[in-house]
Amino acid sequence: MARFGTITLVGDAGEVSTLTTSLAGIASSNATLRAFLHGLPGVDGVGADQRTTMLGTRSIKTTAKAQAIDLAISMVDLTTLEGADTAGKVRAMCAKAVQPDPGDPSVPKVAAVCVYPDLVAQAVQALGRSGVRVASVATAFPSGRSSLGVKVEETTLAVAAGADEIDMVIDRGAFLSGDYQKIFEEIVAIKAACARDEGATGKGDAHLKVILETGELATYDNVRRASWLAMLAGADFIKTSTGKISPAATLPVTLVMLEAVRDFRSQTGRMVGVKPAGGIRTTKDAIKYLVLVNETAGADWLHADWFRLGASSVLNDLLMQRQKMATGRYAGPDYFTLD
Amino acid sequence: MTEPSRLTVRKTYKLYIGGAFPRSESGRSYVVTSSKGDFLANASRASRKDARDAVTAARKAFPGWSGATAYNRGQILYRVAEMLEGRRAQFVAELVDADGVSARRAGELADATVDRLVWYAGWSDKIGAIQGAANPVAGPYFNLSTSEPTGVVAVVAPQEGPLLGLISVIAPVIVTGNTCVVVASERAPLPSITLAEVLATSDLPGGVVNLLTGKVAELAPWLSSHMDVNAVDLTGCPDELAVSCEQDAAENLKRVLRPPGKTDWQAQPTLDRMTKFLETKTIWHPIGI
Repeated sequence: MARFGTITLVGDAGEVSTLTTSLAGIASSNATLRAFLHGLPGVDGVGADQRTTMLGTRSIKTTAKAQAIDLAISMVDLTTLEGADTAGKVRAMCAKAVQPDPGDPSVPKVAAVCVYPDLVAQAVQALGRSGVRVASVATAFPSGRSSLGVKVEETTLAVAAGADEIDMVIDRGAFLSGDYQKIFEEIVAIKAACARDEGATGKGDAHLKVILETGELATYDNVRRASWLAMLAGADFIKTSTGKISPAATLPVTLVMLEAVRDFRSQTGRMVGVKPAGGIRTTKDAIKYLVLVNETAGADWLHADWFRLGASSVLNDLLMQRQKMATGRYAGPDYFTLD
Repeated sequence: MTEPSRLTVRKTYKLYIGGAFPRSESGRSYVVTSSKGDFLANASRASRKDARDAVTAARKAFPGWSGATAYNRGQILYRVAEMLEGRRAQFVAELVDADGVSARRAGELADATVDRLVWYAGWSDKIGAIQGAANPVAGPYFNLSTSEPTGVVAVVAPQEGPLLGLISVIAPVIVTGNTCVVVASERAPLPSITLAEVLATSDLPGGVVNLLTGKVAELAPWLSSHMDVNAVDLTGCPDELAVSCEQDAAENLKRVLRPPGKTDWQAQPTLDRMTKFLETKTIWHPIGI
């Protein structure tokens, strides 16, 4: 059990109540937040790199691979976040999300589609009752540079349009300058804007994914702090990156975040999901992430409710690998949709 | 006391994929012997995954190579001929070992190889004139047919003629803008790797030619069935294997070249090997606009 600086969260029984009382204490001022976050144990960077490299060499073959491919497909958040997005493109993507390979109905549907807020209504309409969720980025994505009022309003509109999930970005400038309280309060405010009246709309509260944009956080220690900060403020998911900044998701960063959600659950009893996004292009990459999840957070997270892959190019590669396993010959990209 | 004799530095024969010289992903190798049965070297024994990687590299190189001007492709082929000429002695030595021919005969073969390259290089900007046409049509239109490269071509190089035969199958494929994955002669693969060293230093973009050494029976079926390969040249396939490869190739309607009987590589080539891997595009354009 890790110790957390000045405020020690005691595990075992009564964790939830311990946290509720401590949470108020931790978040009461920037000083207490800072003391808590900087009291988190440092990340062994070399160790994290080495462990992910080692796990990356694990060989997943035949039936295990087939299972991993289907699991990975069911975890994909099919994403289009371009200035040139159109309603037509979103509809095409939704069709693919429901039936990734029209020639093979046994392919599972993906977890969600991820679009800009103004296209949420199109996606909701296109997906209907398929069970594929609609995620919307919000809060002045990707930079997050806007006032809180605008961010809350954008979230409210996306939720009203029917988004099941909101992907918000944190204010990295505030994080790097040590203003943790500001980020905490922003996340709390956005989380409040995610609320929805189930009786009236038929849909419950939108899930909140908090994008840390790890490529701008500079160190693994910062990634760990930002993960905890987001989870303490009420994030349902923590997500690595916007996909607009390089480096995007990397294995070591995801390892640090998976450790954070694992520790958070053991401290508080609340389970938080993880979503690496950007830079995942091949089936091999995707399987490396699945191995990492299993070995770090545990098999509980190996479900689309708790782990997502934010990428779109990886889906075609997964489908090609799947077809190769089914037909015994290498597949070609000519036979899958362009997106 | 005598001076210690110098240790010989021996060459490691590796594959040539995407402009790099990797070992086989499988870590395997096989023993290559001379025509007399003496040990020559250990060559990499490529696996199907090496073949897959080579196809990926060839596909990646295709837009750049097919988009280059015909003149530019021709110049690069001339450059390959120049580099090959500069390594003549090395090729002669390898041919003597591999084929058991005399040094004089090997020299003639090396010269013929250079000449073959120059012959094909010259065709780069002329094949269009032979294959293309301005077709007469009943209407106020220009109707123009032009030839375009087929795409990624898998080539099973002839088992005999480890240098001249090899160049005679590679050059016609690449001169028109295709990229290729070549399975070298199983018995005599060493000149092919030396040729790869020539290609790597000839301004030929990486991935245009990818060379695999190993067992034809292990590689040809995977290449023939690969959905991202557009054509196969089965020249070096034994008959029985070639039949099943042709069947695999039908799955995505690959172009298949399977020359009947034995080809005489010394003879003057025809255009067949170039035209087999060309597609004809016809465009209509209104006259007077």
